Amino acid sequence: MKRYSAFAIAREGLRQHTGWERAWASPEPKSSYDVIIVGAGGHGLATAYYLGKNFGITNVAILEKGWLGGGNTGRNTTIIRSNYLQDSSAAIYEKARSLYETMSQDLNYNVMFSPRGVMMLAQTQHEIRGYQRTAHANALQGVSTEFIGPEQVKKLVPIINIDGPRYPVLGALWQPRGGTARHDAVAWGYARACSDMGMHVIQKCEVTGIRREGDKVVGVDTNRGAIDCNKLGVVVAGHSGQLADMAGFRLPLESVALQALVSEPIKPCMDVVVMANTVHGYMSQSDKGEMVIGGGTDSFNNFTQRGSFHHIEETVRALVETFPMISRLKMLRQWGGIVDVTGDRSPILSKTPVDGMFVNCGWGTGGFKAIPGSGWGFAELIAKGDSPLCDEFSMFRFREGKFIDESVAAGVAH
Amino acid sequence: MLILHCPYCGVDADETELHAGGEAHVKRYGPGSSDAEFESYLFVRENPKGVHFERWRHANGCGKWFHAARCTSTLEVFGTYSAQTTEPPQEIKDKISAKRPGWSWREFA
Ligand SMILES: Cc1cc2nc3c(=O)[nH]c(=O)nc-3n(C[C@H](O)[C@H](O)[C@H](O)COP(=O)(O)OP(=O)(O)OC[C@H]3O[C@@H](n4cnc5c(N)ncnc54)[C@H](O)[C@@H]3O)c2cc1C
Ligand SMILES: [Zn+2]
Repeated sequence: MKRYSAFAIAREGLRQHTGWERAWASPEPKSSYDVIIVGAGGHGLATAYYLGKNFGITNVAILEKGWLGGGNTGRNTTIIRSNYLQDSSAAIYEKARSLYETMSQDLNYNVMFSPRGVMMLAQTQHEIRGYQRTAHANALQGVSTEFIGPEQVKKLVPIINIDGPRYPVLGALWQPRGGTARHDAVAWGYARACSDMGMHVIQKCEVTGIRREGDKVVGVDTNRGAIDCNKLGVVVAGHSGQLADMAGFRLPLESVALQALVSEPIKPCMDVVVMANTVHGYMSQSDKGEMVIGGGTDSFNNFTQRGSFHHIEETVRALVETFPMISRLKMLRQWGGIVDVTGDRSPILSKTPVDGMFVNCGWGTGGFKAIPGSGWGFAELIAKGDSPLCDEFSMFRFREGKFIDESVAAGVAH
Repeated sequence: MLILHCPYCGVDADETELHAGGEAHVKRYGPGSSDAEFESYLFVRENPKGVHFERWRHANGCGKWFHAARCTSTLEVFGTYSAQTTEPPQEIKDKISAKRPGWSWREFA
């Protein structure tokens, strides 16, 4: 693989950009691999990457029914933070956040990680107490956050209206090293690195069946034929239920549509990410100048990648109250992604009832931030059979009542 | 926007008037049940891409609970029916069979 660098840009500039090579290969599937990963979203690709990098396992295929990052990885609002309440969450999300800090260098691919700071507004007394509790928990977990007052909020976000009529801003949980990254670049960067290690990233290859011998997985059926494997990692977000069904078990999660929208581009006006969970809206400004806005989830099971219209109205209404200057902005695009939500709003990284088959899912509305940490832990789980980062996130925790309850900690979890 | 017909008051209600109540016909387990039974009752779900049966409440209307048969991948509604039943009525199942031959959902088909 030719490395990207300032020198390479200069060199290619001098020869009409004729020397760039394809970022990843598009091979035909082989008949068998050591490990097959289903789903080339961020989590699947990161898993493959760390299987190679940390464990030297490179006879790996990543099968994707659509295109690279065409699932939630390319549809999310890219908020990266690790200010969770429970220890096991803080561990995996902070691992991920810290890996984001060096991801561009590690992958030699600019993922545009921008640690611009994430602010979660407290707009009720209940929220103040909740976020103060989170800030204390984070101090014990070694996650750098603090609870700040309304004056500091106003200083960091001049366009905010802190004394709105319904829900004045009473303070905020502030994570200065949280931020955003370029979502497609995360998928592309990992794909390029995986391809460079000799792994097969195979697009337009849909898994239609899971083959087992007794209790053990032996391969998958796809629209491009059967492929054998020793181990199988299923990382398909909203479609996890379908893959579990193919293998003959059920998962404790449901799929719903979550949507987002962006405005026309405007001049720089807000250089942090603001989340307002009580009124339910969150917003950041992309490098292109668009205001990136996250909406709500539908309350019913849904696979349409659209989402219901009334959520847009609710979200925009909340944001106009919080940021009066956006009231005349035109919205450019709206879209949805199918997110897989568990009962305790925490993910599942787990062995399954089928020997050799592992699932990584349940990231729901907030898994972009977790991609590198999840890949790190899940690769270890697949390679070694257990992983300290994943242990608590077993799919069997619901049977035992060992929840990792983040739904009490934050109404929204993007 | 999802519109469901309330079988009680007869109103065609928009989803903003309704409250989604999750998967229908879930078997409830009580004291003395095993961990696995409680897990399946409380957490494990069918989550199908296609035909699905759900509970809904006409919350901002007559207030009644009812059932709906829906397709989760097209949002097509096959019909709504009374809450006082443990399985979809034959008429609804026939309607689904006409549109989705070969469908199955848990023990129903
Ligand atoms: C609107 C929106 C906003 C969000 N905002 C944020 C945010 O601000 N911050 C944050 O941290 N998270 C956010 N999220 C959540 C985040 O996007 C997801 O948690 C994360 O991207 C999940 O990544 P993944 O790799 O698990 O899934 P995906 O990226 O969805 O990848 C799964 C892949 O599996 C493929 N697949 C499915 N079935 C099959 C099959 N049978 N065979 C082969 N391939 C298959 C799919 O095509 C897909 O590409 C948001 C999500 C949405 C929808
Ligand atoms: Zn009614």
